[in-house]
Amino acid sequence: MALKLPIYMDYHATTPVDPRVLETMIPYFTEKFGNAASRSHRFGWEGEEAVGYAREQVATLINAEKPEEIVFTSGASESNNLALKGVAEFYKDKGSHIITTKVEHKAVLDTCKRLEKQGLTVTYLDVDKTGLVSVDDVRNAITDKTILVSVMLANNEVGAVQPIGEIGKLCKERGVLFHVDAVQGIGKTEFDVRAMGVDLASITAHKIYGPKGVGALYVRRSKPRVRISAQVDGGGHERGMRSGTLNVTGIVGFGKACEVLTQTWRDEVRKIEAQRNRLAERIFKNLDEVYLNGPALDSGKRLPNNLNVSFAYVEGEGLMMAIKDVAVSSGSACTSASLEPSYVLRALGVDEELAHTSIRFGLGRFTTDEEVDFVADLVVGKVKKLRDLSPLYEMAKEGIDIKSIQWAAH
Amino acid sequence: MAYSDKVIEHAENPRNVGTLDKEDPSVGTGLVGAPACGDVMRLQIKVTDGGVIEDAKFKTFGCGSAIASSSLATEWLKGRTLDEAETIKNTDIVAELNLPPVKIHCSVLAEDAIKSAIDDYRKKQASRRAQG
Repeated sequence: MALKLPIYMDYHATTPVDPRVLETMIPYFTEKFGNAASRSHRFGWEGEEAVGYAREQVATLINAEKPEEIVFTSGASESNNLALKGVAEFYKDKGSHIITTKVEHKAVLDTCKRLEKQGLTVTYLDVDKTGLVSVDDVRNAITDKTILVSVMLANNEVGAVQPIGEIGKLCKERGVLFHVDAVQGIGKTEFDVRAMGVDLASITAHKIYGPKGVGALYVRRSKPRVRISAQVDGGGHERGMRSGTLNVTGIVGFGKACEVLTQTWRDEVRKIEAQRNRLAERIFKNLDEVYLNGPALDSGKRLPNNLNVSFAYVEGEGLMMAIKDVAVSSGSACTSASLEPSYVLRALGVDEELAHTSIRFGLGRFTTDEEVDFVADLVVGKVKKLRDLSPLYEMAKEGIDIKSIQWAAH
Repeated sequence: MAYSDKVIEHAENPRNVGTLDKEDPSVGTGLVGAPACGDVMRLQIKVTDGGVIEDAKFKTFGCGSAIASSSLATEWLKGRTLDEAETIKNTDIVAELNLPPVKIHCSVLAEDAIKSAIDDYRKKQASRRAQG
């Protein structure tokens, strides 16, 4: 079978909607279009019932005790904002200190920055060279002013899976609330809010083959009962925690996406991991000076679908252009408006030179073995071609130490 | 961000890739940029006794726009006198390649590389005359 181009290998960014999910959603656009808050007629009841069912599907995936612990939002950025700002506001008399890590998503980091402007103190923990936070560092950072610890389940760039269960246990011991941005890890690694002692968790549909524009915040209702101040006021939807007419169609799709994942994720992990390893093996076997960013592939501490590598002496965006039939992303500065390379790679201590040469491959449900082989061979060929074009590769081969040269910053 | 057809064409089929002997007195070498900034260009010219650029080669570590800018520069340099070569401006490169605002620094780097190569050539010539 001929390959269909372009090939999508950027599943960390988003995923296509699964056909099973789409099919479930369609009636809710036209026939069952009711407002879930309309209590006076059948259209509204239908919507409310559909939302209720989806709430159960989402709750089941993360093993929440009750469906009522799921608060629907517009996506994980909103969920992260609501968790951090909502806790900071509600518990302001209890304390004013938040602990997080340097490799969180911007939706957490920028929210923390804003809270700092409002007078809170935030500790941004370092990570090790593979991207993992140390539980001891979390323990040492907790003070009597600490109200919340926020750590991601898995990193979106280098796939590092954080020790959530251990941090959850620690937070319980110290009486501190624990928020997890679970967006990247859901369905790819174990996540159980009860077993792991998680009090709040952000998830989103579009990373798990559901539609964009819908997500959820899990808010624990018992042991402890977690309270948050609403950040959007209005009709008091979602038990007062998030006003706004519910996106019934999106929520139905989100629920279905969670149901599919609950049934299939363990098998899916095996498939994706085998493909990711095949891709890595083929690249590493055929190229010299390729460096893995993040935890070792067989460490059990890395997302099964993530491969992040630096191809020394080949700039990331230049490589992406050379493999333009493949959709991937890069930690290169050139991909961002700021001209700064990835802050995540910097937090891992990756040299700026190497950060500029990094490429992130994200595999997913619909990735095929043929695609993996095609991408691996294409990347190997293009890296060789671009190295022939690279003055740095030539200098390195001549034995010149690139670092010894006085480069003019520009 | 989508690339212009001209950038893609140059990046896929770069002109004048290669290395000239940098010890050759008739060769001027410009090495600009920095690996930590994500782009490094090396541009070399070979100049006749009459002051005409008879050959130009480049190697670039950088994005597609950086590769295209330096590839285009070598095309333009060949056959020009040094004085003519000095009149090449980064804005000419921006216009020819339809570079978007975030990629203007690639054209600036190419202009710097041209100037630096000419400078290197002239310095070599001056020190030869001083020795001779």
